Amino acid sequence: MDNIFFSIDTYRKWLEQADKPLKDTVSFLIERLLSIDKSINAFSEVEGEAIVARASVLGKGAKGRALFGVPIATKGNICLKDALTTCSSRILEGFRPPYSATVTEKLMAEGALIFNGANMDEFAFGSSCEGSCTGPTKNPWDRTRIPGGSSGGATAAVAAGEVAAALGSDTGGSIRQPAAMCGVVGFKPTYGRVSRYGLIAFASSLDQIGPITNNVADCAAMLEVIAGYDEKDSTSVNAEVPRYTDSLNQDIKGMKIGIPKEYFIDGINDDVRNCISDAIKVFKKLGAETVDISLPHTKYAVSCYYIIGPAEASSNLARYDGVHYGHRDRNARDLIEMYIGSRNEGFGAEAKRRILLGTYALSSGYYEAFYLKAQKVRTKIADDFKEAFKVCDCILTPTTPTTAFKIGERVEDPLAMYLSDIFTISANLAGLPAVSVPCGFGKGNLPVGLQLMAKPFEEEVLIKSAHAFEQNTEHHKVRACDL
Amino acid sequence: MSTKYETVIGLEVHVQLATKTKAFCACSTKFGARANTQVCPVCLGLPGVLPVFNKKAFEYAIKLAIALGCEIQRVVKFDRKNYYYPDLPKNYQISQFDMPLAYNGKITVEEDASGASRSIGVTRAHLEEDAGKLIHDARLPFSYIDLNRTGTPLLEIVSEPEIRSPDEAHKYLTVLKQIIEYLEISDCNMEEGSLRCDANVSIREKGARKLGSKVEIKNLNSFKAVRDALRFEEIRQEEVLEDGEIISQETRLWDENKNVTISMRAKEAAHDYRYFPEPDLVPFEVKEEEVEIIRDTMPELPAEKIKRFETEYKLGHKDVEVLVSRKDIADLFEEVEKNVKKAQIAANWIKGEVMKHLKEKSTDVKGLNLDPVNLSKIIQMVEDGTISGLSAKEVLAVCLETGDDPDDIVKKKGFKQVSDEGELESSIENVIKKNQKSVNDYKNGKTNALGFLVGQVMKETKGKANPKLAGEMLRKKIT
Ligand SMILES: [Zn+2]
Repeated sequence: MDNIFFSIDTYRKWLEQADKPLKDTVSFLIERLLSIDKSINAFSEVEGEAIVARASVLGKGAKGRALFGVPIATKGNICLKDALTTCSSRILEGFRPPYSATVTEKLMAEGALIFNGANMDEFAFGSSCEGSCTGPTKNPWDRTRIPGGSSGGATAAVAAGEVAAALGSDTGGSIRQPAAMCGVVGFKPTYGRVSRYGLIAFASSLDQIGPITNNVADCAAMLEVIAGYDEKDSTSVNAEVPRYTDSLNQDIKGMKIGIPKEYFIDGINDDVRNCISDAIKVFKKLGAETVDISLPHTKYAVSCYYIIGPAEASSNLARYDGVHYGHRDRNARDLIEMYIGSRNEGFGAEAKRRILLGTYALSSGYYEAFYLKAQKVRTKIADDFKEAFKVCDCILTPTTPTTAFKIGERVEDPLAMYLSDIFTISANLAGLPAVSVPCGFGKGNLPVGLQLMAKPFEEEVLIKSAHAFEQNTEHHKVRACDL
Repeated sequence: MSTKYETVIGLEVHVQLATKTKAFCACSTKFGARANTQVCPVCLGLPGVLPVFNKKAFEYAIKLAIALGCEIQRVVKFDRKNYYYPDLPKNYQISQFDMPLAYNGKITVEEDASGASRSIGVTRAHLEEDAGKLIHDARLPFSYIDLNRTGTPLLEIVSEPEIRSPDEAHKYLTVLKQIIEYLEISDCNMEEGSLRCDANVSIREKGARKLGSKVEIKNLNSFKAVRDALRFEEIRQEEVLEDGEIISQETRLWDENKNVTISMRAKEAAHDYRYFPEPDLVPFEVKEEEVEIIRDTMPELPAEKIKRFETEYKLGHKDVEVLVSRKDIADLFEEVEKNVKKAQIAANWIKGEVMKHLKEKSTDVKGLNLDPVNLSKIIQMVEDGTISGLSAKEVLAVCLETGDDPDDIVKKKGFKQVSDEGELESSIENVIKKNQKSVNDYKNGKTNALGFLVGQVMKETKGKANPKLAGEMLRKKIT
């Protein structure tokens, strides 16, 4: 199958040349996606008619817009008016929000075709996309492996050439980790850069929506569309949004890249280690300097994250109780039974685990020891970064310690699963922007990603460095869909 | 209660702030709409939507904070109070936990008729959102939920356990309600639930330092209910102690029909609400300039007004208390006084006739449709003898009903008094002729016989005679 989605630009040229009515193109795209997705399971349900209907109301003016006719996957936790939005959870079965997320509105205003409801770990709890109530998504590079998570469906859809780009959400690495494992670009903006309105919350103080794309230029273009203050989200920041596409080709000569020693630990596999060393050499060749830095509180990041995240989640998920919407235990005889039955049937194992963990961490007598302490550690982690950014412009690390693992390999071992986010969590705790870019392949032709992190609201630094690296390497040109 | 014990009372008052829209969304807060018509994804707690704080609620809360002399928090921070209940769609309430917007205030109540006063500490006043309502029908195996009220801004005002009697609790509530009404930040309507009160009460032997076991009383639907329930409870608790038993810490419901409190549930270990900072709302700084701007818009409060009325209008304390009891009444008084220039007379009219009409229609001055200019005219007509006091009352009643000009009413009804000696002459002659006995009585020193004769003149003239003039003429003729 032709790779019409090599980049958004290639696709738009193809669209122009094809010169067909948009309706026909949409039908073609849906057919094409469904055929590829048979072996990927990036979507559990594609509501084709609704996609055609939305395309039909795009209007004549849409033709000149930045994303006209561009198919974009959105993760199953990003609301789209009247469309199934279930977070891959049984408890939200049949839920169709009467509103769209701000990001979705923005994409549609630019003429994008939304393919909503991409598969994910239930409520974004997970790093493998195995936690979906509709079954795992497969890694397009090796269908026996996980695509990463939790935005596994959205990411695999991009990597497999089902769509041109995607939106995911990143609470502890849920965009960057699957991007690394699927060989695409995944970007988590600064906390507050992109509106969270209409993103079904996992952990409100950590969640952020971001693009998943085939290359850095597409990423900048997408970010340009979705970024900005939203009066419906009090945590979004009222600051001007730069034209990110303008920073793509800026020089990185003399740029100081921090290499934190805490991120080069024993647990990293050799494939990853080698790819990262090669990548550092590329940056040096481009005139960047590396600086050894230390982020001493890194070792506490995972524990800190697994207290704050579940604590907020336990409260955010309390509303799913069978009373107002979503799954209800029909056999319950009273209110308490209905609460218990609905939640017991509606939530999967990982959701239950995190709700229990979070409830415990907030309980009286434990609050100080867990939640409050984790908040203090969080401040320390953010302070580490502030200190480090005094001597460097951005920080380079591996995105994940390993390449994609086998489906089923870590299901029974939550701790091992949690460790696959070990390098991505800190950016969420500190609210920093971070990007994962393809930087090579390991054994089994499995992609490896490198992560760059910058100061809050310095997305441009990430875009220009990631773009410079990408343009001077070949990794992004090799696509899973070409295999 | 016997003198052996003393009562310790603390009150928790919830006041719905009268903002047009809810605390965290743009839905209307209007009372009485059809169920579930004033809702949106935010107050329905649908997934993915976010709260945006209504700054008007903040402004209202600051007003009360200033009025109660509270310290004001420098940063407004919200917390989540987590508990499951079907009228709370998110299963957490956005509230304030460790940083209440206002704290350390006081409410001053008069101790007795001597005018001595006592200050009751206000521990804290914090902002939170209201829950919805469950509607139960015993014949049905399910309940209905109305979420119109969900998300209405509330101010919870907690007193120190410094109230010493049911009467003092009643006074505390009266003063608090008066202040809130003056600030125009709430309707304070207990029937519609815009003001709600729970009471905590315990008793201890006089002089004891340790507090007794606390009983919380709910379902208090009026200030009178608060006082009655507390009176019942202090006696009940005394009896329990006198019987050598222990008072259990519990929540009791006031049964208004039977005039008793009934045990609702034992208070086991305190409920764990798992408070934590609300991550969807960014804490914001309270700027001193902002507070100053609000301070500048504050109306004169009841306590200050009482003092001013006493000195400026030279009115007695009892009169002033009535006039100041409500801002609209105090305003009406001042407007009328400005026109008629006789404070006591204006006060008497308002205390008497106006209050009577207010009570009859159970409304406020605005609802009464009373133009102060009209009331002033009526009073002036009595003062200059144009109409009698009796007619004036009727003119006021007609005026309230029709909104007509009092001059026109007087004309139409023919209320104008006869103040011309010539016109009265024949009526006076007639009365003297017909009532020789009374005339003789008067001559023999029974002065109150004159009143009877004046009454007869009024009857003769169908109420139109100026009684003062008639009296003078009668006296002259008889003696
Ligand atoms: Zn609402």
